[in-house]
Amino acid sequence: MLRFIVRRLLWLPLTILLVTFIVYCAVRTGWHPEQTYKRANPRASQAKVAEYLKVNGLYKGFTGFVRGYFEWFWRFIQGPDHWPRSIKGRSLVYPPLRYAIFNTLRLAGISSLLGWGLGLSIGTIAARKPGSWFDSIANTGAFFLGAIPPFVSGVALQLIFAVELGWFPVAGIYPPGHQGFDLGLMAKHLVLPVTVVTIQVVSAYSRYMRASLLEVRSSDFVRTARAKGLSERAVLFRHGVRNALIPIVTVLAIDIGGLLGGLIITEAIFNYPGMGVYFIKAITNGDIPQLMPYLVITIISVLIFNLIADVSYAYLDPRIRLD
Amino acid sequence: MTDANSTPNARDASLVVDTELGVDDVEALNVATLTPLQMAWRRYWRHKAAAVSTVIMAFLLIVVLFAPLTARYGINEQVLKIEEGNNIFLSPRKLAWFGTDDIGHDMYSRLIWGIRTSLFIGVVSAILSVVIGTAAGALAGLYGGWFDDLMMRVTDIFLAFPFFVAVVVARAALGNIKWITDIVGEISSIKFIIFLFALFGWMGVARLVRGQVLALKEREFIEAARAVGAGNPRIIVTHLLPNSIGPILVALTLSVIGAIVAESTLAFFGLGPQPGADSTSLGKLVELSREGAKQGNWWLVVFPCGALVLLAICINFIGDGLRDAVDAKLDSVK
Repeated sequence: MLRFIVRRLLWLPLTILLVTFIVYCAVRTGWHPEQTYKRANPRASQAKVAEYLKVNGLYKGFTGFVRGYFEWFWRFIQGPDHWPRSIKGRSLVYPPLRYAIFNTLRLAGISSLLGWGLGLSIGTIAARKPGSWFDSIANTGAFFLGAIPPFVSGVALQLIFAVELGWFPVAGIYPPGHQGFDLGLMAKHLVLPVTVVTIQVVSAYSRYMRASLLEVRSSDFVRTARAKGLSERAVLFRHGVRNALIPIVTVLAIDIGGLLGGLIITEAIFNYPGMGVYFIKAITNGDIPQLMPYLVITIISVLIFNLIADVSYAYLDPRIRLD
Repeated sequence: MTDANSTPNARDASLVVDTELGVDDVEALNVATLTPLQMAWRRYWRHKAAAVSTVIMAFLLIVVLFAPLTARYGINEQVLKIEEGNNIFLSPRKLAWFGTDDIGHDMYSRLIWGIRTSLFIGVVSAILSVVIGTAAGALAGLYGGWFDDLMMRVTDIFLAFPFFVAVVVARAALGNIKWITDIVGEISSIKFIIFLFALFGWMGVARLVRGQVLALKEREFIEAARAVGAGNPRIIVTHLLPNSIGPILVALTLSVIGAIVAESTLAFFGLGPQPGADSTSLGKLVELSREGAKQGNWWLVVFPCGALVLLAICINFIGDGLRDAVDAKLDSVK
């Protein structure tokens, strides 16, 4: 066990280095630095362009990529004050990114907690009596809702509840021009995006939980628990649910890792100022200084949570052999 | 389908049962004399939603394959009838069942052509990613050791990107490299989008097949094959893959709809393929529906999105049915 964790931990920095290098090269190839800078600042002098290229280490050729990568990496780990500035108005990159991260975490946190709570309970109730009316409704419902692509449900909810009925605001997190913090106003803006994400989470997790619990309930140790006279309730919770959660923890960890990058579609539809909108803006402008920290933070979070998923699975289920 | 050796044994056993029990339990007898493939077939059709979805999909496939006959207008043909006057943004009517778009195209016909292209994208990229994933997973699982380690680390690297982010960044980067676009086509072509989906779609299958192979390779029939002198390639092709075909088939089905939805999502953000003047795709129609929604032309939104949802639900149900079909445990439960 320990050996497995240590080996994976040793791999992690290497993977991060490799992946960030690949991303750096991809971003450099995908968005031509000189062209995007000139497009964002049409009246920039040649000296300004040269300065931008130099500050960001955007050298040409393969050796230039390697040198540029290490210069970028060095600046990156020194902290946000040293990160290169955005190509638009030379603004700092970190404050808007931080704002976007917190907005996304808020949306993701609320809808995940809601979704997991609802999904796991629905799955548990459904698996208690397979084939009952509750089971059929929940299972079919989850199936239908889960099959609808998020951008379709997002646009549908927006058209019905915001545009037609006017119950909720169409987009954003505050009305334009709003200053300061207002919980009620924010909650009103959050209802529709949270619903879209929650639908996805509930439909996925209720089905995972149902399948996993059914699998566990047919296993020998549950029969033993019943045979020794435990109440059905004790069997369900002490033996059933606890073991059914083991495979779900893995999926959970992977999903948390993907959350930062995964809400792009919902955020874009509701113009919610999170990381998705930040990302779309950055790629549209070809803003390499903005794009890189976003990608690196997303990737590191995914890698770490994937690792947690692997380790927790092995830790929770001792039957799994690691080597 | 599964281990070929078991079939004659099962038959023999059933004959024995037959003589001992007489004709008491005809149902049990029938199950015992079926081949595994027939049993899977029976389990599949017992899944009602999957059966209905299969019929719908079969109908849709016929309509789409014979598009020149079933579509009322050509892809770029405009709905024209002098008495009706202006032909743009017509609401659904006899002349155009699903209405017309901004340049007077018939939506019903465009939808058929679009589903045709989207299904093509979905099926081809699903097959490609399943083939890549199966090869990678089977080799990693069978050879083990450093090769397995390496393959799994490569998989980790690919899994480090959320799918949408990966596709968007890779699209920009690979679309700027000349020798790649020379091979797989321009950045806005359908070939390019299929290449992207295959590139980021194989990891799940690779992990799945690797797990299957790891579980299977310790079994006696593989040992027996080795003892007879079968080499690794033969073992993979004749023993390991046929025995894990079930989960692979399920993954294939689900990755078809994954690719179709992904194409529409990309198109929704204006990053989808431009199928060219003489073609269209669901994504393209969904992209246009965004404008349609703003102007209140509901038919431009409802039909493409409805078609997408219908495809998604049907293919998901088919995948679910296949999952039941390959799960032999369900027979004993019944």
